[in-house]
Amino acid sequence: MGLDFTVVPGYLDFILLGVLWTIAITIGAALLSFFIGIFFAVIALYGPWFIRLPFRAFEWLFMGTPLLLQLFLIYFGLVQIGIDLPAFVAGVIGLGLHFAVYNSELIQTAIIAVDRGQMEAARTLGLSRGQALRKVVVPQAVRDVIPPIGNNMIALLKDSALVSVIGVSELTLSAQRAIGNTYRPFEFYVVAAAFYYLINLGMEWVLRRIERRIQAAR
Amino acid sequence: MTDQKPFLDIRNAQKSYGDLEVLKDISLQVQRGQIVAIIGPSGSGKSTLLRAINDLDPLTGGEVWLEDMQINKKLPHRQYEKHINQVRQNIGMVFQHFNLFPHLSVRGNVTLAPKMLKGISDDEANALAEEQLEKVGLLDRIDYYPSRLSGGQKQRVAIARALAMKPKVMLFDEATSALDPELVEEVNLVMKKLAEEHMTMVIVTHEMGFAEAVCDRVLFMDQGVVVEEGPPSKIFRNPDNERTQNFLRKHLANANR
Repeated sequence: MGLDFTVVPGYLDFILLGVLWTIAITIGAALLSFFIGIFFAVIALYGPWFIRLPFRAFEWLFMGTPLLLQLFLIYFGLVQIGIDLPAFVAGVIGLGLHFAVYNSELIQTAIIAVDRGQMEAARTLGLSRGQALRKVVVPQAVRDVIPPIGNNMIALLKDSALVSVIGVSELTLSAQRAIGNTYRPFEFYVVAAAFYYLINLGMEWVLRRIERRIQAAR
Repeated sequence: MTDQKPFLDIRNAQKSYGDLEVLKDISLQVQRGQIVAIIGPSGSGKSTLLRAINDLDPLTGGEVWLEDMQINKKLPHRQYEKHINQVRQNIGMVFQHFNLFPHLSVRGNVTLAPKMLKGISDDEANALAEEQLEKVGLLDRIDYYPSRLSGGQKQRVAIARALAMKPKVMLFDEATSALDPELVEEVNLVMKKLAEEHMTMVIVTHEMGFAEAVCDRVLFMDQGVVVEEGPPSKIFRNPDNERTQNFLRKHLANANR
């Protein structure tokens, strides 16, 4: 049988709902990964050893194992110890933590690269180390890594398809369900791919605007 | 000099990195409103001494006092941090490389510390920033970012930033060494203005002319010791010590080259 895209419009609202879920997960996980990433970077660099060492192990766990497995662990595994998260929340946390670790690596490098004189100048004004980090060093470091973090966020959008396996009706799962009803995999996967691409364009547009605003303040 | 009790008092300062002694038992008393210049070849320990005053480079021996408070007193870590943050609010410092915060506007640079540490309102902070920038002649640059300023302007903002904390003492660590020659004067003028207002200052400098014109006292340091000290007329015109004479001769030769 040939291709028949006429089945698509009937499922368009269903697919668009999936698009909304994908956007929601991506935004939620991106924000989580950004702020947790900063937090991770600071404790990885400045935390006491009894926090730093377990954190290294945690980091290894998130960088060294598949995201899919992490999602399974958070959604199905945690139930056994009494933590029963809704699929959406589990997906946001899994994606968010996974990318937080990657963002943290970037931010750590950037923090180290901030000129030592910045910390000194802040300290001589009377700021504590924490205050100096928060107001002087970290903002500069974050500003420097916005472009590579943006790349991570685009990877995050694409990896958000993985949360379909824990039953979040995002774009990929919506397409699969439509295929289940219509037996038209090519048509719906192409449609889903097109929507991912559109969301991607939107994200790039937002990132460019952020980068331009940062540039303006230099 | 009526007030004989020193305002800033460095007693037997010692600093070593392993076997390397950078400061060998240096004492320095500065009266309120006095301006002291520290000169000497690079590696003589003059910056280290200056940075020891606000404990940026902690001493390995000796004491630093500001009025009735010991700056480098021994305290458990947490208490010490609290103490030193309090102390540093009274000691302004200006660096060779300005160290302005590039992500903040001029206004942001000047108001950051007062807002965070003195709990003043935005209006008060703005008034403070305007007052200090007026003083250094850069009120019209208040909304610029540091990247758009010249070196001399950056250093003047850095001075305004330090002054905004209303310090009792100002420390200058080769404040004009990184500047193009034609930009040095505008920074010197600001420092002269502070001198006229009787700000207590300790200045590490290579600008002998400026030191002679502005300072009450000059210390010549070499290899971690104060070789000679006295009024600028004495040190610059008629130094006793051979090392001082040699240093000044070389310096003059370089300056005239």
